[in-house]
Formats: sequence, C-alpha cells, structure tokens
Amino acid sequence: MSATMRRRGAALLVGGVAASMLLAACGGSSSSSESTAAASASPAGSVAAGCEAYASYGTFDGAKVSVFTSILPPEQQKFEDAWKQFESCTGIDIVYEGSDQFEAQLPTRIAGGNAPDIAFIPQPGLLAKLVQAGGPVAAPEGVVANVDKYWNSAWKGYGTVDGTFYAAPLGSNMKSFVWYSPKKFAEWGITVPTTWDEMFAASDKIAKAGVKPWCGGIESGGATGWPATDWLEQIVLRQSGGDVYDKWVNHEITFQSPEITKAMDTLAAWMKNPDYVNGGFGDVKTIATTAFQDAGGPILKGDCAMLQQASFYANFWENFKPGTTIAEDGDVFAFYLPAIDDAVAPNPVVGGGEFVTAFADRPEVAAAQTFLSSAEFATAKVALGTWVSANSGVPLDTYANPIDKLSAQYLTDPNGTFRFDASDLMPAAVGAGAEWKELTAWFAEDKSTADVLAAIDAAWPAS
Amino acid sequence: MSVEAHEIIPLPSNLPEETIPEAARRRLSSPWASFVVIVITVLWTIPTLGLLVTSIRPKEQAQNSGWWTFFTDPTATLSNYSEVLTGGSVIPGGITPYFFNSIAIAIPATVFALVIACMAAYALAWIPFKGSTIIFFAIFALQVVPLQMALLPLLQMFNKGWSLGPIPIFPDLNKAGSAQSLFAGTYIPLWIAHTMFALPIAIFLLHNFIGQLPRELMEAARVDGASHFLIFRKLILPLSIPAIASFAIFEFLWVWNDLLVALTFAGGTPDVAPVTAYLANIKGTYGAQLHLITAGAFIAIVIPLIVFFSLQRFFVRGLLAGSVKG
Repeated sequence: MSATMRRRGAALLVGGVAASMLLAACGGSSSSSESTAAASASPAGSVAAGCEAYASYGTFDGAKVSVFTSILPPEQQKFEDAWKQFESCTGIDIVYEGSDQFEAQLPTRIAGGNAPDIAFIPQPGLLAKLVQAGGPVAAPEGVVANVDKYWNSAWKGYGTVDGTFYAAPLGSNMKSFVWYSPKKFAEWGITVPTTWDEMFAASDKIAKAGVKPWCGGIESGGATGWPATDWLEQIVLRQSGGDVYDKWVNHEITFQSPEITKAMDTLAAWMKNPDYVNGGFGDVKTIATTAFQDAGGPILKGDCAMLQQASFYANFWENFKPGTTIAEDGDVFAFYLPAIDDAVAPNPVVGGGEFVTAFADRPEVAAAQTFLSSAEFATAKVALGTWVSANSGVPLDTYANPIDKLSAQYLTDPNGTFRFDASDLMPAAVGAGAEWKELTAWFAEDKSTADVLAAIDAAWPAS
Repeated sequence: MSVEAHEIIPLPSNLPEETIPEAARRRLSSPWASFVVIVITVLWTIPTLGLLVTSIRPKEQAQNSGWWTFFTDPTATLSNYSEVLTGGSVIPGGITPYFFNSIAIAIPATVFALVIACMAAYALAWIPFKGSTIIFFAIFALQVVPLQMALLPLLQMFNKGWSLGPIPIFPDLNKAGSAQSLFAGTYIPLWIAHTMFALPIAIFLLHNFIGQLPRELMEAARVDGASHFLIFRKLILPLSIPAIASFAIFEFLWVWNDLLVALTFAGGTPDVAPVTAYLANIKGTYGAQLHLITAGAFIAIVIPLIVFFSLQRFFVRGLLAGSVKG
C-alpha cells in the first residue's frame, strides 16, 4: 500500500464515514497525523508496559527496516540504543549498516534495485540528485508534522526538492564557534565578545599585549582548504544575509560578485592580517601548512587567543593535553561567532547535518521515519552523549556537554538565520575542488583575491 | 604466474642453446643481482613492518608518534589484538563474524570458479567442435570488461530479474509484496559475482596450460577407451595441479581482499560482510584508530598466508616430468 493510498484512505475515513472511530483508534495520541501509520496497523488498546509513548506508531510483527548511513561505530551503538525501546514496542527490527563508502554505494544500490529502506544523507545536494534519478519517497505526514513543529524552517527547505518534502534532519553540527581559553582571556582582561566589533577590539587588545590573537590551519590532506571555505561562509551569511547566501549557493550570483568580494576583503583583514595571525605557528602562510587538527594547540599554551572552528573541535583538545577541561571556567571553551548586522541576518548560524530519507513506502518504514523525526528519539539520542539535534523538542538540559548545549541553543533558535555549509551544497567541482584549492593558494602563495575568485567561478560546471 | 608465462610464450628459435629460464637463473645468481633483490625485498617489507609495529603499540603512542620511535621507546601491548578479536568500544562484535564471512565467501567462490574454468578449458582445448576458437577468443576478450562496469547490471539482475523481451533469462527473485530479494542477506550473490568475474582470466590461463599437455597422452587414453570425463578426471586434473593451485591462490586472495563487490552485493552488516568491511569500519566515525586497523589487518592476512604457503609447493613441482617417454 503506497503512502498516497494510505493517506487517501485516512482522509476518506475522516471526511466521510466515522471520524469518531478514528479518534477512538488514536487513543491518547498527541498528534493525529502521527496516527497514519497506526491506522494501518493494530489499534491502541493492549499496549505493553512502558510502550505508551510508542502506541501511536502501531505494531508490526517481524517487520524489518534497513538503515544505511555513513556514520560508523562507535556512534552506531548509540543509535541502536536510542531506538531499542521503539523496536521492542513496535516489533520493527531496525537493521543498521554504516559504510565509509556511503556516497558511492547509495546511488549504486538504488539503481540496482537494492535500495535501503532509509538512508541518512549528509548532503542536501546528494538528496536532490537522488530525487532527480528517482528513488526517495515523499515524507509521510507524521514526519511533515514533526518538522513543522520542531525545526527552524530553513531545515525543512534543505530536505525539500522541487517543492516536495522528503527528509527530516537527524543530527546537526554547528560551525559558528570561536574557541578560546577562558583563563587567558581573564589574564588579558577580556570578556567574551558579543558583537563583531567587540571581537576585533579584543583582537587588537591582545595583539598589543604581544600575542597573535588568531590561529588557523587549513591543511587536511586531500581536503586541504575546507576550513577556509567555512570562514568565507560565516562572513557572507553575516554580511549579506540569507538570501544572498542562497543565491551564492545556487550560482545566481558569482564568486566575483561585489558581495563575495567584500566578504573576501573582510576575511583578508581577519585571517590574512599579519598582526592577527598565525599565533603559535608563524606568518600568514603557515595557515596553509598547518593541519586543522593542530591549529588549536597554541591556545592552551597562550600563544594564540582564538580559533574559528566547528563544534566537533571539542574532540581534539584531548590530543594537545590530556585532561583538558572544556567548560566556561575550564581550559578551553567556545563562544558564538557574533553577528555582523542583526538587521541583515539575526543570529546567523552555519552548520550541517544528515537527512533521514526513505526509499520505501511500507508502513513500518513510515513509522520508523516518523519516530526518527520525533522529539522523543532526539532526546533519547542526545541523552547518550556527544550528539546534537536541531530538534527544538529536546530540552536543553538533556545535553551533558556544555558545547553541545550551546550548539543546540543556537541551532534551535526559531529566529536564527540557519544556513547549511555552502561548500557542501555547491557542485563538487567547486565546493570540494576549486574553492579549496584556490583559497589554499590565497593563503599559501598570496594569490590575489580577484584571481582566486575568477578561478573558482571558472570551475563552476556548465549546466 | 611465471610458471604459466614460460609455458605460454613460445621460445624464439634463433636463441643460443641456453633457454630463457637458464639465462635468467644465471643472471639472477650473480652477487650484484642478489644484492639488488635483497635491497628491494627490504624496502618492500618496511611498510609491513611499520604496520606490525603499530599494531603492538598502545593507542596513545600509535596516535601521536611514528612507528619507528618504537625502537627507542619500546612499549608493546597485545591489547589491540584482544580488542579486535573479542570486540571493543568501536565494533562490539569483534572481527570474528566478519572473518568467518570472508572464509564462507572466498572458499566457495574459488572452488566454483576453478571447477567451471577447468571443465571449460578442457572442452575448449581438447574437444574439437565448430566455433571453439571463436568461443575461446570471446571469453578471452571478456577480460577487457572492467568489473566496475558490470556491477550495476548484475545488481539489477539479482534484484529485479532480467529478461530478453518476453523470455526470462534470470527470474525476479523478489518475495511477493516485499522489496527484499530472496538473495538478500545471503552469500549467494557474492559467489555468483566473484565466479563470473574470475572466469575469463581463469579459462584463459587454464586453457593455455591444459592445451600444452602432450597430445600423445590424450591419444593414448582415447585408444584405451577413456571417455572425456575419465580423461578430465584421471589425466587433466592431476597434471594441471600447478596451474590450478596458482590460480586458486590468485582467486582466493582476490576474493579475500575484495571490498567493492562485497559492499555492493551483500552490504556491510555483520551477517554477510567480509573482513575487509570490518577493516573499513573499524576506524570509526572519528577516525584515529590506527592501532586497531593495523591489528585487524594482521589478523586478516593470516588465512591468505596459510593458503599461500600450503599451495605454494604445488607450482614449484613439475608434475609433467617423466609422464611421456621418448
């Protein structure tokens, strides 16, 4: 039975025959849209103890739902723990398969008729490509309701292709952070900046004290240059707003346009400023040769004050000095990279995440997909640690880790300007090619801004 | 490979008395040649040595310093191996299920390919029938088709069936009302795929070996009233052991080391995925599990080493010596 047929059936029930029967079948369900899956399965009534919250999904005897993802162990175990209760209450067995070959394997399996039931797709661009090729099925009503209820509307846009909504977000990460050492800030007499200008006033003050305020590293093997693309994205979103950002992603404005050129000039005055960088490493050129994993090291030693990096950088501090505490009064912490102009883009956040896409419209798949978009699942997963969801239904107190909590606070802000990492949205020839290469040359060889932008534009594939 | 190589290549007639193997042996036994061989061997072994050393270093050291620092600061541990074998925080089930999957994939795939290829090679070489040369060249030419090109059509065939117009060539194996093929979660697609991909080269190599066997042997057997099957079983198979053993090694190693075919046809779940999928996943979402990858790699090469050393003696022994008089 297809999703559309099921919906039509439900609509008929509601509209024509017996609305009261449906209400009875829904039992104590909070949202009626969640009951579409339940309507095709057994009605509530004989619910096992502890399963009340899952009654609305229905029960499915011996049903299997396969999940394919790029998320590998040990994170796999946390996912399996988070949906264990759902599995035992609904009878759906969720079979998890992770592969680092995900991006290559998924299109092959779909074309070969061996598509997984659900895939966690980390790139909206890949989702769009798959939809064009045919494969993903539109999200069931329960997922739509959850997304409308819990997520900032920008997220729904990234799960939508050609006006059809396919996929709700799963995990999220937040890239708009600046890492710093609270102890050193206190030594220098600096408070955490809350505006763009304050941040640069603080930079000047630290520079006067004889310390280079910023450090950075963009070396990352074959992906060298990606941290620099994040810096540019942060500035574009803050300076010119979400609309310009979207146009930039869609190539409606080019890299050589005045907005992007202006953002590059701002970046030049920041991360290419010899008075500001590269704390603990040397001159500006060392940004290109320093591994991004190593870039934060000088902060702990006091040779550098600030590093713009994503929330996941929390995992790296232990490498520099075992026992490093990440807290507002600890060895290291992060503050939100401030907005430039609240009128242009209030609370701007650049981030990323995965999208739960279904490739089958069996009722158990719809039930699992709906569950994965629910606040209950997100809360259970967050409680297991080191994972952030942009789902606003997760109480902030669930986050044990202060960085995760701060990330969630900005990611779930209903008034915030959330935008997905632009280089992940652009064609790979640009977002994972020319932009990395040219920005690396911009730092390493001091290639002129105009040449860099022209070269990136030239790499944009003709459509 | 070298055994077949000099069987296949006809010797140029204008050479002096010395044959190519003799000349090679003479040149290779010079002290300079020995020296070069030793240097190359050492150079080629260094990365493997690095892997071995990394696999016995504690996690922090493996992560933060090069393996050569082990010699100035020797701290060895077997905990990496025990974590890989019994399961740890990254993959709780350990390597064992994947290890048995690999064995269950590689042995049948090798046997199927060899059985079919031996029979086909004998038929093409010694049973005269119209078009045998064309068939042989067609099979030989199939080697140019890259495996990667055939993945998708084959996958579609397994999952959706395949028919030529109204004639079904391969049935649609989907269970009624389910998106799952009957093959899902089994080794069968892997056995079929690996066998198919091995056949062109296997038939070609074995055909050349079997075709070089002395005609007198076959004729003598025919005069004594032996059937084709008897000749195949009593003459061809025993005489072809060197070629069969060497190809068995190649095919086994190839299947054992395969990741692409396994991921495409069987997926990466522990009930079917081979040891290569384990190695690809053990690095985990956050990377940086060098100590586990190296330990896993060393466990994974145990079986290929056993296979190599146990079959190796077959192809250095010349079974043909003295089989035909005068």
